[in-house]
Amino acid sequence: MSNTTTEMTLDLEAKRLSVVEPGTRVDVQGDMSDEERVEKAMTNFAKDFGRVTATYMEACIHCGACAHACPFYKASGNPRHTPIWKIEPFKQAYKREAGPLAFFYKAFNLKPKVTVDELKEWQELLYDTCTLCGRCTLICPMSIDIATLVGMARHGMFHAGLVPHELYTVTEKAQREGSPLGATPQVFEDRVEWMGDEHEVEMHMNEDQADVLVLMSSIEIQKYPESMAATAKILNQMGKTWTFRTDGYEATNFGMLSGNTGWQKEMSMKVIDTAEKIGAKLVILPECGHAYQALRWQGANMYGKPLPFKVQHISEFLADAVDSGSLKLKTVNKTVAFHDPCQVSRRGGATSAPRKVLEALGVKLIESKSGGSMNTCCGGGGGVITIHRADTLRYKVMGAKFRQLGETGAEMMVTSCSNCRQNFDDSGEKLNWDKQMNSLLELVADNLVEEAEK
Amino acid sequence: MTLLDFARGPAMQIAIIIFVVGIVWRLVGVWGLRQKKDLSEARSKGAWVGGLKGLFAHAWPYKPFVPSVGTQYIVGYVIHLGLFIVLFFGTPHMLFFADIVGFTWWTLPGGVITFVAVITTVALFIALAKRLTNPVQRLISNFDDYATWFVTTLPFVTGLATNANLWPDYETGLAIHLLSVWLLLIYFPFGKLMHSFWFVVSRYTTGSRFARRGGMA
Repeated sequence: MSNTTTEMTLDLEAKRLSVVEPGTRVDVQGDMSDEERVEKAMTNFAKDFGRVTATYMEACIHCGACAHACPFYKASGNPRHTPIWKIEPFKQAYKREAGPLAFFYKAFNLKPKVTVDELKEWQELLYDTCTLCGRCTLICPMSIDIATLVGMARHGMFHAGLVPHELYTVTEKAQREGSPLGATPQVFEDRVEWMGDEHEVEMHMNEDQADVLVLMSSIEIQKYPESMAATAKILNQMGKTWTFRTDGYEATNFGMLSGNTGWQKEMSMKVIDTAEKIGAKLVILPECGHAYQALRWQGANMYGKPLPFKVQHISEFLADAVDSGSLKLKTVNKTVAFHDPCQVSRRGGATSAPRKVLEALGVKLIESKSGGSMNTCCGGGGGVITIHRADTLRYKVMGAKFRQLGETGAEMMVTSCSNCRQNFDDSGEKLNWDKQMNSLLELVADNLVEEAEK
Repeated sequence: MTLLDFARGPAMQIAIIIFVVGIVWRLVGVWGLRQKKDLSEARSKGAWVGGLKGLFAHAWPYKPFVPSVGTQYIVGYVIHLGLFIVLFFGTPHMLFFADIVGFTWWTLPGGVITFVAVITTVALFIALAKRLTNPVQRLISNFDDYATWFVTTLPFVTGLATNANLWPDYETGLAIHLLSVWLLLIYFPFGKLMHSFWFVVSRYTTGSRFARRGGMA
C-alpha cells in the first residue's frame, strides 16, 4: 500500500508523462512472520555458500567501478543500481553471521542484523535491475562474480517469499504445468504438428530412441514457433536421428531465475531423464541464453554427476555443422550486427560460434562498440522482462542498446536468444525502433543449400 | 620507558602478532570452507592458465571501460606504488627491515622518497575526496572504507612530518610515526586492507572458473 502525494516530481523527459521514481511495489508470498522471512532468506542464501563465494564477499574494496559496466545503472544514474550494492544485505549478513570475523562483528554489533524491510527494499535491486549478465565482473578490479552472488541472494529471497509477483507466477506455472507460458505438453505437440504442416517439414515427436534430443523454450513455442520448423529442417537435412519429446522439451528454467534451487533441479531433471531414456548423445538447446546456463553449466551440478550426453546451444551446433561441411549455406549479401546473449557468450563461452555461422552465411559482420564477450545486455534477461514494474527502466536500457547497434550502420540485426529477441520486439514497438531483431537459427534455415542444389 | 622505547618494543611486537595471526585467521576462515566440485564438462582444459591470465587482465580496465574508470585506476596505482616505494626504498625503512632480515639493499635518495610520499598523500586525499563526493562511492562506503583510508594516510603524514623535523621533539615524533604504522598493521586483518591477498585469490578464481567455460572474466 502506498500513499499518493502531489509533491512527487514529474518526469518531463519521459515519453509518457510519469513521476520520477514512483513508489516501488513490493511483492510478498506466503504467510510468514518477519523474523521467519529473514531467517529463511539467510539460511537459503548460505546453503550453497562455499570458498568461492566467500572470497567474493571478502574481496570488495568499494571502488564503485561496477556501476560503470551495469546497463541499469547507466540507464538510471541511480547509485542504488550499483551492482555490488544489490547484494548489500547479504554481504552484511555474511560478515555478521558467517565470515571469519563474524564473532567480532556480532560481539560489537558492528554489522546490524538484516531486517525484513531491508529485504523488501532490495527486491527491486535483486530482481528488477539485474539480468545476471555479469558485465560488472569485467570491470571489477577484484574480478568479483557479482552475478553469482545475486543468484544466491535470489535463493534467499525466494524462500523468504519475496519474489516479484509476475516472476513468481510464471515460475509456479512452470513447476506445475511444465512450462511458464502455457506451453503444456499438449500445446507443444499441437504446435509442433502445426509447424510441420505449415512448413512441410518432417517432425519427429516422442521417438523412443534418438541421437539428438531437441529442446525448445516456451517463448519459441508460443511466440516464435518458426524456430521449431527451422531446427527440424536443419536436422533433417543433416540426416540426424532426432526427436522432440513431450516429457522433456522445456529449455527455460525459471526455478533458476527466481531462486528456487529445488525447482531448478526438478526442471533440469525432466530433460536429463528424458535424454537418458532415449539414449541421446546430444541435447540441443534452443536460442535461449539462460537455458544454456541452466543445462550446459549447471545441469551436471543439479544431476550430481557429469551428464551422460553432450549439451550444445543451437549456435554451437550450427557452427560445428558448417565447420565440418555437413551444412552448406547460401550467401546472404547483407551487413549484420550481432547481439550476443550474455549467458551464451560472456558467461557461456560460445562467443565464436555465431560468428562462424555468420561467416558461413557470407554476411559482413560489423561488431558493435563493446561487442562480443563484452557485449552490453539488452536488459530483459534474468527474468526482468516478466516484471512489469521494471518496464520503464528496461526500455531505457534498450534505448542505449538500440543506439549501440544503430551506430554499426548494419542492415540486419541478428541474435541467438529468443528472450533477447522478445525484448527487442517489445521495446522496438515501444521505442519505434526502425529495425527488427532476427534469429540466427531462422536465418540459417532460410538459407540452406538443399541437397539438389549442392 | 620512553614513548619511542614503547613503540620499538612491546607496541611493535603486539602489532606484528595481531597482523600475522589476524591475516592467517581470515585467510584460513575462507579457505577452510567447503567448495562443491563443478561437474559440468569443461570446454577447455588448463583452467589454471585462465586463472593466471585473470591476475593480469584485471590490472588495467578493458578498453570500453577506460574512459569511465581509467583515472580511478591511475590514482590507485599511484597510491599502491607510492606505498611500495616509500616502504621498501626509503633508507630509514630499509635499515629498519635490515635489522630484522639481516641484509641491506639499494635505496632511493631521501628527496625522491619525500617527493613520492607527497604525491602518494595527495593521491590518498584525491581518493577520499572522490569517495565523499561521488554518489556511487558515497552510498556503498562504510566505516571500514574511511578507517582504512585513515590508517593508510596517517603513516605518510607522520612520516613526512618526522622527515621534515616538524615535531617539537624528534624522538616523540618518530615514536608517533612508528605507532601510526603499528595501527595500520593492527587494523590490516580486520578490514579491506586484506585485499592485498584477496585480489590474487578472487582474480584467479574468476579467471579459472570462466576459462573452463571459455567465457570472459
